[in-house]
Order: sequence, then C-alpha cells, then structure tokens
Amino acid sequence: MSLAIGPAELVAGIALVALNAYVLLGGADFGGGVWDLLASGPRKREQRALVAEAIGPIWEANHVWLILVVVLLFTCFPPAFARLAVVLHIPLSLMLIGIVLRGSAFTFRSHYGRGPGDAADASHYWGRIFAIASGGTPVLLGLCVGALAGPGLPRPAGGGFYATYVAPWLTLFGVTVGVLALCLFAFLAAVYLTLETEDPALREDWRRRALGSAGAVFVVAFGALGLALAENLHMGRGLTEGPAAAPLHVATGLAALTAIGALWRRRYRLARVAAAGQVSLILWGWALGQYPYLIPPDLTIRAAAAPRITLVLVLWALAAGALVLFPSLVYLFRVFKRQPA
Amino acid sequence: MPDLLAARSQMAVSLGFHIVFAMVGIAMPVLMVLAERRWRRTGDRVCLELAHRWAKGTAILFAVGAVSGTVLSFELGLLWPTFMEHAGPIIGMPFSLEGFAFFTEAVFLGIYLYGWDRISPRAHQAAGWAVAASGMLSGVFVVIANAWMNSPTGFRVVDGGFVDIDPIAALLNPAAATQVVHMTLAAYAGTGVVVAGIHALALLRQPRNAFHRRALAIALLVGAPAAVLQPISGDLSAKFVAHRQPVKLAAMEGQFKTERGAPLRLGGWPDEAAGETRHAVEVPYALSILAFMDPRAEVRGLEAFPREHWPPVAIVHVAFQVMVALGTFMALVSALALWLMWRRRDLTRHRWLLRALVVTAPMGFICTEAGWIVTEVGRQPWIIHGVMKTADAVTPMPGLIVPFLTFTALYCALGVVVAWLLYQQVLRSPHTTEEEAA
Repeated sequence: MSLAIGPAELVAGIALVALNAYVLLGGADFGGGVWDLLASGPRKREQRALVAEAIGPIWEANHVWLILVVVLLFTCFPPAFARLAVVLHIPLSLMLIGIVLRGSAFTFRSHYGRGPGDAADASHYWGRIFAIASGGTPVLLGLCVGALAGPGLPRPAGGGFYATYVAPWLTLFGVTVGVLALCLFAFLAAVYLTLETEDPALREDWRRRALGSAGAVFVVAFGALGLALAENLHMGRGLTEGPAAAPLHVATGLAALTAIGALWRRRYRLARVAAAGQVSLILWGWALGQYPYLIPPDLTIRAAAAPRITLVLVLWALAAGALVLFPSLVYLFRVFKRQPA
Repeated sequence: MPDLLAARSQMAVSLGFHIVFAMVGIAMPVLMVLAERRWRRTGDRVCLELAHRWAKGTAILFAVGAVSGTVLSFELGLLWPTFMEHAGPIIGMPFSLEGFAFFTEAVFLGIYLYGWDRISPRAHQAAGWAVAASGMLSGVFVVIANAWMNSPTGFRVVDGGFVDIDPIAALLNPAAATQVVHMTLAAYAGTGVVVAGIHALALLRQPRNAFHRRALAIALLVGAPAAVLQPISGDLSAKFVAHRQPVKLAAMEGQFKTERGAPLRLGGWPDEAAGETRHAVEVPYALSILAFMDPRAEVRGLEAFPREHWPPVAIVHVAFQVMVALGTFMALVSALALWLMWRRRDLTRHRWLLRALVVTAPMGFICTEAGWIVTEVGRQPWIIHGVMKTADAVTPMPGLIVPFLTFTALYCALGVVVAWLLYQQVLRSPHTTEEEAA
C-alpha cells in the first residue's frame, strides 16, 4: 500500500473528514430521533423534550456535511459518483425519502407543536414520523456504505434487474453495516445527551442507554468484521493485513473501552471524546481498509479523479470556504452547547 | 411511461417543488430582519410579533427547502449519471461554493431562530442578515450551474471525451449574468407579492389591524421594486437567448418561419405539424425590435433548425406567454402600490389596490414555474446545449416511473401539509388595531 499524496488523495481525505463530521454530528441527530422512538420509563416526556432541544438549532447545519460529501464526490470523482448513483439508485432514493421525512416532520413538530387543540394531536404524529425516519435513514446509509465495501459493485451493464440494482447492496454484510450505523448513531446521541441536561435522573437515563448501545455496537461491529473476513472482502483483508491495521484496531479498542469506562464512572466529557474517537476510528478503519480503492475492486482514487485543475480549484474553494465555515460553526456550538460541567 | 420521460418528470417535479422553498429561503429572511430592525428602532411590539411569526414560517419553509435540495443534489446522479460524469468536474465549482453558502445559511438560521435570548440584539440582527446574504448567494451559485447547461463553456469535446477543462470559464459562462439577475429578482418579487397578498386579504376585512398593515408595508418594500425591475431583466434575458439559443427563442415566440420584421405573438397555440401558430394577436415588427433592436432584423424560425433539435414548441410558447402576461400584471400592480406608498397614502383606503394585490399573490410563483419550464423544456432535446442530449444522459435503470410517482406523492403530501400549517398560522394572527398599538 503506497501512500503517495497528490491532490486526488487530498480531496478524498477531505471528503472523508466531511463524512466523519456528518457521522459525528448529523449521525447523532439521527440517533436522537432513535431515542425519541425508544423513549421509555417515567421520564419519557422529558427524554423527548431534551432530544428536541438538543438537535433543534443545529440539525440543519449538521446535515450540510452530507451535501458537501456528495458535491466533492461528483466534482472530483465523477465516474465513482455516476456508478454509485446507478447501482445504488434504490437504497439512495429510500434514504432521501427518510431524510425528507425526518427533517420536515421534526420542523413541523418543533414549530407547530405548542398550539392548542388540533395542533397538539398533529404534533404527536409528526413526532412518530420524525422518530421512525430517524431510525430508518441510518440503516440505509449504512447499507450504501456496506455495498461500497462489499464484494464489488458490478458495472451497470451486465445482468438482470435484480443482479444489477438490488443484489449489490442487499447483502448480509450490507445489512449488518446498516445496523452498525444505527447503533453507532444511537450510541453517540446517548453519550452527547448525558451532557445536555442538569437533571441527575435524566442523565442516568442517558448513561444507561449509552452503555446499552455501546454493547450493541460491540456485538454488531464484530459481526461485520467477521462477515468481511469470512466473505474475504477487500476491506476485510485491508483491515487485517495493512501496515496500519494493528495499531488502528488497538486504538479503536482503547477508545471503546475508555468510552465505556468513562460512562461507568460518570465522567461524561471524557466519554464524549472517547465515543467520538471510537466512531471516527471505525470510519477511518473502513477507508484505510479499502485504500487506494474508491470503489473496490477496480476503481481507485487516482483513476476516478477529475482533471488536476478541478481538484486544485476545489481545494482552494475548500480553503476559502473553511475560513467562513469554521468560525461560524464554532459560534453556533458556543451559543447553544455551552453546558455546565 | 418511457423511462426518459419519467426521469424528466421526476426532475421537473423535484425542481418545481424545491424552487418555491428556495425562493422563500432567499427573500423571507429579509422580511424577517426588516421587521426585527423596525422593532429595535421604534420599540413597536407589533413588529416584534411580526418578526417572530415570519421567522417561524421561514424555519419550516427553509427546512423543507433544505431536504428537497438534498434530494436534488443526489438526483443529478440518480437520474443523469452520464451528465454528471462529464459535467461534474466542469461545473462542480459553483456547487462547492453553494455548499458553503448553504452551510452559512443553516448555521445562522439556527442562531437566529433559537438565539433571541442568547445573543446581543446587534448579533441577532447580524445573524439574520447573514441568513439573507448567504441564501441569496446559494441561489446565485446554483443558477450559474444551470446557466452553464444553456451556454456551456470551459471545455472541448474530442472523440466524445471532455478535454481542456476550465472550471473558471464555466463559472463565468455568458448566460450566468442574465439568469442570475432574473432568478434573484424573481425570488424577492414572488415572495414579496405572496406575503403582501395574504395580508392585503386580511386588511380587506380588518383595515385597522396594525399587524397586517406593518406586514403589507414590509412585504411590498421587498417585493414590489423587484417586480417592477423584473420585465427589464426579462427583456435582457430574452435578447441573450435570441443570440445564443435561437431555436429556444423561436419556440418561445411560436416563430416557425424565418423572416425579417417578425411580429410579436401574444397568446396563440403553436401547431408543430402545420408549422404555424394559430389564434395569436400579432404586433408587427415587435419581435425583431425586442430581440435585436431593429424592426428589419431577421428572426430565425424553427424551420431553420433540424426537426430533431426542436424543443416541445407548444409547452415552451404557452409557458412563456403565461410568464410574460402575469409578470407584466405584477409589475403594474407593484408600480401602483409603490407610487401610493411614496406619496404616503394609506393603502388600506384603496380597496381596489388591496383586491389587486390579492389577485397578484400567487403570480410570482406561477411566473417562476413557467420561467423554469421555458428555460428547461426550451433547452430540450439537450441537457448540455448543443453538446449532450438528455436521452444520452439518463440512467440505464428501468422502471423509473416508480421513483417518479413516489417522489411526486411525497411532495404532494408535503405541499399540502406546509400549506395547511401556514394557513393555520395566518388564521392566528393578532387583532391589535392601530389605535391600540399606538
């Protein structure tokens, strides 16, 4: 595995950073919706209210990371984008429906839920739609990622409808990655939510949920890894054979243990850092596992890259955009996420 | 339904749905900050109430715009993978910049909506202006990308491959200026007149209602000047089309024959088979004058182009007539309203004007939809004018009628819900009269 860094690798790396941000921020917003769906116990109402309060001001900004990933993909790696858009038409369309329903239903509930009479009833249904869409969308996102890492996407030409447009993504591995994404997002959300409230009882609710979903992540992640190795996927080999494999696994394991330990000892700030680290390391592990391929087994980052001038200009645009974006994001999170220790 | 038609229909529905929310996302923040500004300056509580309610409306419309925009960014590839494979590296730049503008918009809208009590008044108003500015920039970048499809620049085609790619030249494509101005004005005009119309309707029943009076004044301040300027911008756009896309102009005007001193046809129905436009009112020499500033100028008709390069003539012509007719009416009503406001007249005493504003309310959005039909259907059969056919860009996946119907149903349902929610909000408007507010 050579690690020659040119503009193509640089843009691919930035796209991965954007995807990472989407997973850590947008993913947690979906996870919040999952906990709305699974709200239970004496503080059911408070749990839902806290989720809404936590994601309200930030979910739209968090969502834009996904758009940035898509734009980078179609500008800088157009053959990869075109091939994915053809083969993954069905799961991507379903994911889009989930995105539309989640966002709209959440906004309808937030801004029209407090009216008298009819509006209160309606807000219950918006809440349900928001919660169900929040659970379904991550599974579909994971399914698409699973297909990318899977046994190899066929070129659109060959085979019948099922072979070309369904079989590549509807695999046991893909479904496992989908469930893994769901568990990871729910885990992140529960960990973040421990820091969103000062009510000790509510905080304990989130702590228990965080520990429970950490266990689920553990089981499903090993299931996915086992399947990758059993099916001898490109990524499976990369994950175990590459030079970065061993240290990466150790780091991921350490982050996971730290997150669980910190949750156990109620050190929530440390738990948040460790959980975010764990999820990011899983993502980077996947990416390094299939490097230098963008779409295994044949399309590399270099082969899919747009002409150099496009890559260079996009890098300049990203640099200029970052100058505006990062101060704005810091400001947003400072205004709304300045919690008590 | 053939797959190509299903794909084009899905794209049309998605764009037609999104554009309404995109326009509101551009103009509504201006209204909301102007209301806040007036409250901060005068202490008028009615204006604060107005700012809160407009912000609430903006929040739901922006959210639906954001998610439907996400759908579009994916649909570019889901429906037109071959187009994106070649066009992506050339026009990705405006999309990347749009990404950042959209980011800024989302960040500051969150701050504006949820930050009333958390940041200083000055910072809050600044956040509102940031939303307004970045919303406008988002629109500008997306329209630049669309303009490139009409006047593609910044590459050469050699043996079917796109070479010598120059994204800066694509960004500065010649259609960009006229299209950007036309669409930006449309956003302010369309949103302004629809808000003005809603409050004009309320004022017909309660002329002394302070809430509706403030709302009408601010909405007209934003919408009316844009509506008055729009015909000028439209004329510049049409002149550009006359030079760069003569076959589109011929379809817009229902001009089948190439002739000097061509007349302007108002209304009418183009009959492609017979090669003539029937039942139109013809203004002699007017088309030659409007398109080329010369009564004797030659206007190339559809007959000058191969039949397979004609867009669907009737659709383009009728959409163009609708846009021009309603746009002209909007401009006249807006000019009258502005004149009365400038003379410091009480608009609510002119009930005919309020009625006219009610009638005008939906016209901005109808014009915009019609305008997009003109520019998109008028570009057919090309997806990149003169370079790539739409039929060659479509995804090979069969059964495209299924996603088309699914997304259409989804958007219909969402549209109904949004309309109902906004209607509920308008119904709950405050009843404070001018006398009580003073």
